Amino acid sequence: MSSQKPDSDRRHTIAVLVDNEPGVLARVIGLFAGRGYNIESLTVSEVDAVRGYSRITIVTSGTDMVIEQIKALLDRLVPVHMVEDLTVQGPCLERELALVKVVNAGESRIEALRIADMFRARAIDSTLNSFVFELTGSPKKLNAFIELMSGLGKTEITRGGVVAMARGSGIGLQNAKS
Amino acid sequence: MTGESNISRKPTEHFSGAEVIVKALQDQGVDVIFGYPGGAVLPLYDELFKTNNLRHILVRHEQAAVHAAEGYARSTGKIGVVLVTSGPGATNAVTGLTDALMDSIPIVCLTGQVPTHLIGTDAFQEADTTGITRACTKHNYLVKKSEELSDVMHEAFYVAANGRPGPVVVDLPKDILFAEAPYFAPKDVRPCAYQPKKDGDLTKIEQAAELLAKAQRPIIYGGGGLINSGPAACKLLQEFAKITGFPVTLTLMGLGAFPASNPNFLGMLGMHGTYEANLAMHNCDVMLNIGARFDDRVTGRIDAFSPHATKIHVDIDQSSINKNVLADIPIVGDAERVLATIIDYWKKKKLSPRKDSLKLWWSEIASWRSKECLKFEQDGKIIKPQFAIKRLFEKTQNRDVFISTEVGQHQMWAAQYFGFDRPNRWMTSGGLGTMGYGLPAAMGTQIAHPDALVIDIAGDASILMNMQEFSTIIQYRLPVKVFIINNQWMGMVRQWQELNHGSRYSQSYTDSLPDFIQLAQSFGGTGMVAEAVDDLDKVIDEMIKSETFFLADIRVNKEESCFPMIPSGAAHNEMILSAEDTENSKTSAAGMALV
Repeated sequence: MSSQKPDSDRRHTIAVLVDNEPGVLARVIGLFAGRGYNIESLTVSEVDAVRGYSRITIVTSGTDMVIEQIKALLDRLVPVHMVEDLTVQGPCLERELALVKVVNAGESRIEALRIADMFRARAIDSTLNSFVFELTGSPKKLNAFIELMSGLGKTEITRGGVVAMARGSGIGLQNAKS
Repeated sequence: MTGESNISRKPTEHFSGAEVIVKALQDQGVDVIFGYPGGAVLPLYDELFKTNNLRHILVRHEQAAVHAAEGYARSTGKIGVVLVTSGPGATNAVTGLTDALMDSIPIVCLTGQVPTHLIGTDAFQEADTTGITRACTKHNYLVKKSEELSDVMHEAFYVAANGRPGPVVVDLPKDILFAEAPYFAPKDVRPCAYQPKKDGDLTKIEQAAELLAKAQRPIIYGGGGLINSGPAACKLLQEFAKITGFPVTLTLMGLGAFPASNPNFLGMLGMHGTYEANLAMHNCDVMLNIGARFDDRVTGRIDAFSPHATKIHVDIDQSSINKNVLADIPIVGDAERVLATIIDYWKKKKLSPRKDSLKLWWSEIASWRSKECLKFEQDGKIIKPQFAIKRLFEKTQNRDVFISTEVGQHQMWAAQYFGFDRPNRWMTSGGLGTMGYGLPAAMGTQIAHPDALVIDIAGDASILMNMQEFSTIIQYRLPVKVFIINNQWMGMVRQWQELNHGSRYSQSYTDSLPDFIQLAQSFGGTGMVAEAVDDLDKVIDEMIKSETFFLADIRVNKEESCFPMIPSGAAHNEMILSAEDTENSKTSAAGMALV
């Protein structure tokens, strides 16, 4: 009565607090690669220099069973202090940074500036036939902006990956003690 | 490294890195190391030379060092320790490490490394050991600062043994072995982030107990986790089976966790398990899985696996739960503690099994048992492999006997026909299925139990994979016995070619086998051949009597296949009982693609 894999893939944002040590990212990535799980986005940076903690934000998708596996496998890694599934824990904030270069002229150039203004993107570099816009926001907002820009000339895109945090006054991961 | 360096601790004196390692090994209670020297670990070997209470066993190949340590660990419940050099020393150990990872065997493997300033320069005998072993260890360390050395050493032992056990590699650059280093005793080490849960969730355990008490067709399915938890867990399982009267089946890795001679034991389950065990699994209504991981060899076709059962899954590794089969009641915890809690609750609440339905269930099981799925006829002069193992079993029961195996048909026959009444007596490569495991594992077992009867039940193909270890066995005067079920085939490959590939025997026959007796003699051992059934008892007697390395070459029926069998891609109730049983022997297209 319980051996078939239920439901379809769902997107999850997972935050992981780890020791900032060599090889820790390789362990996390190897875990995904070795089992054929997909990583949509991954960011990592040190968040506590005193205790030497880094926070990794992973966006992945899978069935409930796969997501549960991913969390359990992350949790049993020795340098991992805490794993939080922000998607199931309630509302969470997701933000991403993008730099978007668009090369164009004439009316398209004016339109690009107009759209950038609407999206509150900042032009941080300009030539007579190009702009580089800096934009932060939810991944969806970034997608929309990039799609519009790509209709207005040749584009080059770089994105920073998702960083995420639960809404509200609760302090989650940072409280973890070893 | 954890950032918690705020504990005030002062080492009294400083040592060399190599001295620190030896002190750590001693403080961890290590008495034997399996290893092979080389350039990068010479300072450590020099330190061992000056140390009296650490025994080093010089193997002939690093793979064998790890398997020997596995045999040692599996037969004692302690951690096996390996020491190998950089580069090829470490890469040769990879198969052993993977084997230990798959079978959850606690191993600490020290590997040499080129000096820190040469790392990444393609130096002589350099390999990216931590990179290579990341996927085949539970955890690994590259020690780049000598201050961290004693913390890393102690943590390696902690990680190897706690939670789900497994292999841990400590990669040691040569300059670290010379560098001045502080030493901290185990009680003074820095805290470790890895804190596995040992006590199961109480509410879930109570739910499980209530469910078991209501079960009409219950079954207990135990695995290697019981052995890893320890003899106390195995005792508790016996107690629970006794107070409930439930049937028990065990996985290959779990054999010995419940006495084979106990009437409640249904035998091993899975691909070559007994008919009664597999049918009971298929038809049960409540399944209590303790320390097993729903391996594909056990479940058969997953969508047809135990379709009517409510499943309770007890495992110390959270990631084993809901991996292959969804558990209705998942319990993360140590087998011993969870069993103790279930039994306490059972007694406190005065629960009792449903006697009437249990009686019906046992009569159903009796009808499956009456098929006598392991029955065979020893007729004629040619020795049946099953008969050889049955006789070996019968003739060794007055001794404390430890059995290791290689991988293949002989392994399955050993599992079927050699009964184990106690844990830690059965060393086999279950998860990885490593041919060449058995001889070094027997060696490690014999080191741990010098007076016991240790027998490697081998195949003629497998034994050739680590036969260099005959030399180690002779050097340390180990009275290891090798019992070769010799059919000149890679028997299991041949069997699958018969079942699935139209008997096209592609590369499964071994031409030019050595004269095994002369081979044993050339190393300094002895042996005897059993050509026909009349020779068998005499050869076994001589082997048991022998106080040295002895090889028995048992020439068996070449055509024999291993039954019963669940063909790949089939369900538990679709077993083949014998070669004549063609009803179920058509492997499905999906099954053909499975291993």
